[in-house]
Parts: sequence; structure tokens; C-alpha cells
Amino acid sequence: MVANLGYGTLIITFLVSIYGAVAAYIGARKNQPSWVDSARNAMLLTFPLLTITALSIIYLLISGHYEVQYVTEVSSSSMPIYLRVTALWGGQAGSLIFWSWLMSAFASAVTLRKWDRDREFLPWVILVSLVTLAFFLILSIFVENPFVTFWQSATGNITTAMFQPAGTTHYIPQDGNGLNPLLRHPGMIFHPPMLYLGFVAFVIPYAFAMAALITGRTDDRWIRITRRWTLVAWLFLSLGLLLGMRWAYDVLGWGGYWAWDPVEIAAFMPWLTGTAFLHSVMIQEKRGMLKQWNMVLIILTYDLVIFGTFLTRSGVLSSVHAFAQSAIGPLFFAFIGLTFVASLSLLSRRWNDLKSEVEMTSWFSREALFLLNNLLFIGIFIVCFWGVIFPVISEAMGIVGQKIPTLAGVFTGQKVTVGPPYYERATGPQFAGLLLLMGIAPLSAWTYSTRKTLSNAIWKPLVASLLVVAALWITGTRSWPALVGFGLCALVTFVTLFEFWRAAWARHRTHRENLLQSFWNLAGKNRRRYGGYIIHLGVVLMALGIIGIELFQTETQGTIPQGGHISLGQYTVQFDALSVFNTTDGRNVARAVVSVYKNGKYVGELHPRRDYYYESQQPMTIAGVRSNMEDDLYIILVDWQPLSTTGATFKIYHNPLVNWLWLGGFVFILGTFVAAWPDKEPEMVVLRKVVPAASKA
Amino acid sequence: MLIKKSLFAIFPTLLFGLLVVGGVSAQQPTPSDDQVNAIAKQLYCPVCENIPLDVCPTTACAQWRELIRQKLQEGWTEQQIKDYFVQQYGARVLGTPPPKGINWLVYLVPPVAILAGIYVLYHTFRSWRRPTQQVDLLPSTPGPPAEIDPAQDEYVKRLEDEVRKR
Amino acid sequence: MNEISTSPTETPSPKVLPRWGRILAWVGLFALLVIVAMVLLRNQQGPVALGQKPPAFILTTFDGQQFGPEEMAGKVVLVNFWASWCKPCEQEAPDLEAAWRYYQPRGDVLFLGIAWTDTESASLAYIKKFNITYPNGPDLGTTISQAYRTTGVPETYIIDKNGNLASLKLSPYSSLAEIQAAIDPLLGQ
Repeated sequence: MVANLGYGTLIITFLVSIYGAVAAYIGARKNQPSWVDSARNAMLLTFPLLTITALSIIYLLISGHYEVQYVTEVSSSSMPIYLRVTALWGGQAGSLIFWSWLMSAFASAVTLRKWDRDREFLPWVILVSLVTLAFFLILSIFVENPFVTFWQSATGNITTAMFQPAGTTHYIPQDGNGLNPLLRHPGMIFHPPMLYLGFVAFVIPYAFAMAALITGRTDDRWIRITRRWTLVAWLFLSLGLLLGMRWAYDVLGWGGYWAWDPVEIAAFMPWLTGTAFLHSVMIQEKRGMLKQWNMVLIILTYDLVIFGTFLTRSGVLSSVHAFAQSAIGPLFFAFIGLTFVASLSLLSRRWNDLKSEVEMTSWFSREALFLLNNLLFIGIFIVCFWGVIFPVISEAMGIVGQKIPTLAGVFTGQKVTVGPPYYERATGPQFAGLLLLMGIAPLSAWTYSTRKTLSNAIWKPLVASLLVVAALWITGTRSWPALVGFGLCALVTFVTLFEFWRAAWARHRTHRENLLQSFWNLAGKNRRRYGGYIIHLGVVLMALGIIGIELFQTETQGTIPQGGHISLGQYTVQFDALSVFNTTDGRNVARAVVSVYKNGKYVGELHPRRDYYYESQQPMTIAGVRSNMEDDLYIILVDWQPLSTTGATFKIYHNPLVNWLWLGGFVFILGTFVAAWPDKEPEMVVLRKVVPAASKA
Repeated sequence: MLIKKSLFAIFPTLLFGLLVVGGVSAQQPTPSDDQVNAIAKQLYCPVCENIPLDVCPTTACAQWRELIRQKLQEGWTEQQIKDYFVQQYGARVLGTPPPKGINWLVYLVPPVAILAGIYVLYHTFRSWRRPTQQVDLLPSTPGPPAEIDPAQDEYVKRLEDEVRKR
Repeated sequence: MNEISTSPTETPSPKVLPRWGRILAWVGLFALLVIVAMVLLRNQQGPVALGQKPPAFILTTFDGQQFGPEEMAGKVVLVNFWASWCKPCEQEAPDLEAAWRYYQPRGDVLFLGIAWTDTESASLAYIKKFNITYPNGPDLGTTISQAYRTTGVPETYIIDKNGNLASLKLSPYSSLAEIQAAIDPLLGQ
């Protein structure tokens, strides 16, 4: 019954979306506000409807209605309630509903803002949002229906269908399969929702961009409206990526936080173009330049969100993350074709209208450095995109090679892995370049900086950083990538802190507040700039962690009997005890007790363990980790070797500085909050005279 | 009589053989897990995608690690072992595609694209560029100049005010 | 339209740049769509199609014998992909060996076992364990399985006397009878 309710609301939402999109179009073309208002109401209606759909699924999951196929796939009686709720996004069908629900939430929120000044945008924003929503609903209704139920025929055949086929009865399995053990982790509560929020939120700036292109409002009004939206979308996407990294570090059992897996990269690419966009729009706001480029960036970001979702879910790529292959591939392909072609056509048409007359005055101005920033982000993006798409191209060329024998020698179609070594070597220098820019750009001014002024400003922080590098050299660091990395981190820190200090001091002198108050008020008056600086500092802290773990990680593995010990660098790990037992929630647990000694001194006790889930027949290792700001000692029980007190195999990772990565992530998010916080002053009115072009739609 | 004679021959031969074999195996200690992992780290599981061989938990991967151990014990070098894996399991066991045929594109396209980007940037920069009207107008600290070039428009001045307030 | 203009002189707007930029963008987009479409189609297709000629290959067995198109011509060929670490493969191994012993005397049936991503010692141990007598060899470089687009093990492909794919099974055979039911119809050609 609840399943039917859910499916019913799904269908109604779909029809409402189609109606809304059509109404918006009619309202825009015929210039009739009543149609547009109707479309707006349709948009608003989708949210409560989809809320009912989502709640239906959650109800079915929590109450264990295993006759629904999706519930059997992802839920089970042994799972705690909170995990059953998160199972909503644990499988393909449910996560598509979750996506649609978030999409309707955001689009409704946008529709509820004051539209008085931007009436011409409204119908097109509604249209783009509803078309995107309708697409995802099509996937849910026709291909990946989460409400499909089991039916048993008289002969005992079990089929799945939405509505009861003739001559069948309900078939209700005893229990479900439950979530993959790797997903049974608090990270499951936050990581997918944050990522989806980020993806979905980027639809809004895109919708406004399309509206601007369609209506011919090629000034930067659309950017000003969506400024906060873009920052919010970027916040969620960054948070989603950070949580994914932390989750991977916790459960994957190999002491790593980023595997350059295609699905990870699919989420990373929109972040790259999104970050480039965030910087680049500042140029358009300050100097009216780069309108064409900003359009390209936001279109690219949206298209990458859709394309990334496609890659993850269609089975085109193989990855540990990927959902099982299904028929949504071709549908996604059609939608991608439609959106890419539509975006490119609109952009083409308005290309010349987007031209700006302002010129670049100096190679060292902030605009120039921001452009360089964009170049680097896009460079990293190209490396990532090419790495992800190359195996697909290679396979496609293999098909060609099979058809045309003469080319078979070159186009062998042999499967290849484009793995971490490629990405690390190709993106490493570019990330270093970005670090360098983070150190230089704050000292550069809009329009007016020259080589002279810039070098005047930078030489002190530069010398200070060189002193840091020298100190590192003296104390024994010899790895030149590490020296360069740490030097750049020092540079960015000094420059950023100097910027804070300089402005706070100036204000303190003129306003007679104490320094701290000056600092606070300053950040309050220019949240975007100082929030941005805090974000940069967060990035530096993260860079410290990354340099530590990437360049200085050591590991060892060995089998030791009870009472034996194994050493890694300054640490010695002693195997004290092993207990193997069954838990009440269907797991077999092997739990080792180890003592950790550093330079002979006792540091603590750790409990690495191996859980084996009976119902899904899957093992999972949980590491015993001793963390402090200096390093992590990460110990796992190697569960693919036999475990007993006579001999258990342990793998130990020493990860220096890794916790700076998480601290940096926290600072990063904090900075984003600061930057996104609404200003007390009303938004500045654009000084330029704007002649709204007659709608050329 | 004959049997006794052959036993006399066989026995020392066997003993000698045992000594030799024992001696040989005594010279080669079993490669440690760390030595195996150092090579396994650079290879990828042919069955499960994108998982390095040293952390893959499947039976197949465990067999492959033992294979590496065995080859190390026989004295194979790292390169020889990697080549063997490629021959047995295909190019996908390597972390990056071997530069052959179409795989060259993996290494060529990104640098070419980035260089193209640099060129486009340079080109548009130059087409936009006009040198600053007064190069030495600028004060010693960076920031918009206190005075505004009177040659510029009135409303650009207002724009600069707006910029400064931010 | 914005009116910011700090100078009346217009730098020659690079009209050439958008032109080939535009062409590049459309061509790039088209190429991307075509490539993705090709791979999608291929994925949707699944493994080698029935009734078509499956890809030719040469299998070198663990004993050093070679089996290629010549050895397979005019015979009913059963190609079975397996691995020593694959539990379901063990389920069908006795049935396959029994089927081989049943058909071998006829002379017009050939069974080929292909060890997929396996180690030689483990494969030989598996063969010994199930007393397998039909030819088995490693899938060197995984070329054969990639050509057949297999997605795992065990998988069995039965090719008729004309070289066309007559049946395929993407899971273990449940009984000897099932194997016989697949092969018997092809013997009469």
C-alpha cells in the first residue's frame, strides 16, 4: 500500500514537472505572467510530493517490508535503524529518488526568492530545473523503480513487477541482504547526501546561466544572483569529497584517503571547474571581463555533474564504487546529448554578445593571476578527464579495430589501467603551481600590480619561507618535492596571515578598536575575501597532511605469534591477544589486542579487528589507529591470512602529518561558511546602465 | 650382489644431492612480506578493477602475491616479475598503460592540451593588453591608487569606489 | 549590454578564434558522444552474440600443445573459462570432465578449458584435483577473455561445426545432462 502511494506520488510529480516546464515555456514565449505563476506553483508542488515518495521508501526500509525488491537489496533486520534510513541512498533506485527529492528542494527554494527584478529569468530557470528533474524521474519510473515488488506464480516462479501480475501472490522474503558492510559506517550518513547536495545545487547557477543566454541578459546579473548558490553548492561538494576521503581512510584498510578511482574523479571534476568558476566570476564582477569564459565554466560544471553521474551508474566504467550496470545508460546518454548540445548552441548564439571591451593592463594584476589559476584548474581537470575517458576510448577504438582488421594492430582494445601514478605525476606540479599562486595573488591588486610592486610585496614572505626550507634541510629533510611543498605552504601561510594582519592593524589604528575586534569586524565587512583566505589556509593545512602521507609514509607487514612483535621505524607493535567471537548482529569478529611502543616507551593499546558478515559473506577490516598531530600509527589485521594466536598477520602503516589533512578540511569548511554568510549590508546595486534586450527567445 | 653395489652408488649420490639442494635453499631466505608488497604495490589486480595488488583481499590476489614471493626467491628482478605479469595477465596489471600504439595518447594529450591552453591564454592576453598609462603611478604598497587618472570616465570612478569598498 | 569602455579604440576582436574554437568544441562534443555511444552499445550487447562467429584464438595448453582454428575446424567446440580460486567452477568441474569422457571417443567434439587470471601452479593443482583430461591452458594476457567479453568465471561457450556460437552459459552447469542437452543437437551436422 505504501509502495503504491510512493509510486503514485512519483508519477504525479513527473506529470506536474512536465506541466510546469511546458507552462514556463508558454509563459515566457507569450509573455503571460499567469502561465509563469502556474509553472512556479507546479515547481513548488514537486517538493511535498517527492517528500512523500522519499518518506514512503524510508518507511518501507525501516519496517522491513521485504516484499519490495529494493528493501531486500539494501536493508536487513540486523541493521540498526539509522542505517536503514541511510539505505535510502544505498542502492541505485533509492539514490535516484534521493537525488530527485534534493533537486526539487533546491529548485523550490530558488523559486521562493524575490523575483521582482529578474522576472524574465524565472520561466527559464523553472524550465531547466524541471526538465532536469523530469529526467531523473523518468529513470525512477521506467527503469529503476524502487517500489517494484516480488510476486510468486502458482508454479513457484518469482518475478518482480510494480503491479500484481495475473495469477500471482505476494512473495515476502524472510530477511534482506543488508547494506554492503563497507557502507555500514557513520560516513554513510553524511558523505552521499553532501555529494548529492553539491551536485544538485550546481543545477541552479546553470539554470540561471541558461536563462541569461536565452533572454539575452548577458550582463552579470545572473552571476550576482547565483553567487551564494554557487558557494553553497561548492561547500556541499567539498564537504562530500572530504567526508569521502575520511571514510576511505577509516574503512578501506589500506591507510589511504584517495585512490584516483574513476568514480572519485567523476565527483572531483565538477569541483575543479566549480573552483575555477568561483575565482573567475570575481573577475567578471570586478572588471566585467571573461563573460564568455564564465559561461563555459558553469556549463562545463553542470555537464560534468551529469556526465559523472552517468559514468558512475551506467556501467561504462568499472570501479569499486560503481553501481551495477543497468538500462539507465542509454537514457542518460540521450539526456547528456540533449543538454550538451542545447548548452553549446545557446552559448554559440550569444557568444558575440558576451564580449567585453575591458582590457588587461598588467601581467601581474590579480586578473592575470586568477586567469593563471583557471588555467591550472582546467589543466588538472584535463588530466583527470583524459585519464577517466581514455579506457573508454581505448575500448571504443578496439571495436573499430575489430571491424577494420588493418587497424587492429594499433587499436587493440586491450584493457588498460590508468592509475594513480599517471594522475599523481601529471597533477602534482599543477597543484604546486596553485599553491604558489595562493601565495602571490593576495598581494596583487586588481588592474594595477606590476612586477615591481609585486616583488616589493612578496620578498619578505618569500625570504621567510626560504628560512623555513633551510630549517627543514638542516633538520634532515632531503626530499626535494617535500621541501618545495613545505616551502610553498610556508609562503602561502605568511602571505595570508600578513594580509590579515595588515588590514586588521590598519583598522585598529583608525578605528581605535583592539586588534581582535578589528579582525572580527574586518572579516565581517568583507566575508568573501577573508572567508577565502581562511579557505586558503585550510588548503595549506591539508597540503601539509598530504605531503606527509604521500611522501613519507612507511609500511610493513609480518606474521607474528602471540607475544611476538614487529617494528616500523621508531615504533614497535606487540601482539598481546586475539579473541574470536560471534556478535548478535550477524558478524563473526576477530579482535586482536596489540601494544604500541615508541622508542621503547609504552604508548598505548590498539584493537585492530576483522568483521565477517554472515549474511552478505563479506569481510571487513577495522584498523586500530593511534592518532596525534604528528602522525598516525595505523594497524590492520590482514584478514586474508589465517588468524590464530600462533600466527596473525599485521600490516602497519606510519602516516606522518595525516591529521593535518582533517584539521585543514575543517578549517576549509569553516572558511566557506564565513565566505557564504549573508552580508549585513544590502547587495550593491550595479552601477552600469543596463538595457534589457527584448527577449530573443 | 648387484643390488648391494647399486645401493652403495645410490646412497652417497642421494646424500650428496640432499646436501646440494639443502645448501641451495639455505642460501635463499624466503622473501618477506615487505619485499613482496614493494612489488605488489605497483601492480593492479586484474580481476577487481583499480585495486593495488598489495591490499586486494581476494584469493586470486593472495595467489599472485605468493607467485611474486616465489619468483623473488628464484632470483627474478622486479622488472622481470612485472614483465611476467603483463605477459600473463595483460597490460591492465600495470598502473599506467605501456606506451605502445594508441596508449601514447595517454601521455601526449594532456601536455598538448595544457600547452594549447597556455597559448590561448597568451594570445587573448595580448589582444586585450594595453600597457598601464602611468607605469610609476603606483604607491609602494599594492592596492588601488589613491588618485584616479582624470582621463577616465566619471562612472568608472564610481565603479572604482565600489570596488574599493569591497 | 554593458557599457564599460575605457577607450574608443577597439582592439581587433579575434573573430578567427571563436570560429575554429567553435568547430573544435562541436567536433569534440560529437566525438565524445560517439565514443560513449559505442561503448554503451557494446555493454548493452553483452557477450558474443549467438549465431555469430566468435573471435578466433590460439590456446597453448599447460603441456605445450596448441589449439587454434585448424584444430577446432569441423568440430563441436566447448570453450570453458574457469579459475582455481573460483568456487562455482568447482561445482561444474566433475560434470564437464564426465561430459568430455562421454564425447571424446566420437572424435568430433573438442573441450578446451581456459584458465582465466590464474597462477600456473594453482591451475595445475585444480586440474589434478578433478582429474581433468581435456586440454587446458592459461589465457595469456587475458586476450581470449577480452575478445569474448567475458564478465567473470565460470562461463562456457559452445561453438557448432560451422564455427558459429550455438549456446552460451554464464554460470556453472548444474548437471551432466544439461551439458549433453546443449551439445547433442549440434552433433548431427
